[in-house]
Amino acid sequence: MVAQNIGFAIIAAIMIVGALRVVTTSNVVHAALWLVVVLAGAAAQYILLAAEFLAITQVLVYIGAVMVLFLFGTMLTRSRIGRDSGLNNSYAKLGIPVAVVLFAAMALALSKSFGTEELPTNGSLVSTQQISDQIFGPYLLPFWALSFVLLAAVIGAIVLARKD
Amino acid sequence: MLVNQFLFLAALLFCIGVYGVIARKNAVLVLMSIELILNAVNLNFVAFALRSGNADGHTFALYIIAIAAAEVGVGLALVLLIFRNRKTISLDDLSEMKG
Repeated sequence: MVAQNIGFAIIAAIMIVGALRVVTTSNVVHAALWLVVVLAGAAAQYILLAAEFLAITQVLVYIGAVMVLFLFGTMLTRSRIGRDSGLNNSYAKLGIPVAVVLFAAMALALSKSFGTEELPTNGSLVSTQQISDQIFGPYLLPFWALSFVLLAAVIGAIVLARKD
Repeated sequence: MLVNQFLFLAALLFCIGVYGVIARKNAVLVLMSIELILNAVNLNFVAFALRSGNADGHTFALYIIAIAAAEVGVGLALVLLIFRNRKTISLDDLSEMKG
């Protein structure tokens, strides 16, 4: 129990530092690499929450595919590789009170609703077979819709980005 | 492990993502901040799935990952198109729709 909490604390600290660097760094490529840290931390948290299939999917899809897309986007839009002072809005400071107030509201709601409720330690673990039973059972219609969304996104991305 | 420690981490990531969406001008960085927000939501879903002991949260998290991948693909294609037409991806310069 204690070991899990220590693991959580270390991973959470790394994730928070990475997330802060993503939104504050003045280098687009560094932001992408810090985002990898946050996404890998999220995968580690999924392992901690006994969701190994999701953790592997997170690594495959996010760290594998989405990050390559981001780096290609950075390259193709010829963002300056290196420091760039023009990444923030003139009203960037406005974001700080918005984020703080939002976090305060959510923290209040969470601590009132869940307090010190513990996660079950001997509950039933979700297996990959159960997830597939869910996807191809009660959630089949959203799965079909999702495949159409992906198809439309692929065709749309090609149509948009194609030079004609 | 408390339920709340995961929910607080997710809330914090969500707020950092919201700050990024507000503060950033570069369109690619705004898309990265949106990824932070989507990951925070996924963390919530998985925490609640462990709390309730069924697989619904995992299924939703998988669907969110797929939607996020589609969103990044189309978003970056749009950014590329804007860059090709305007030679900039600064969101402050895209003000034609201002009334």
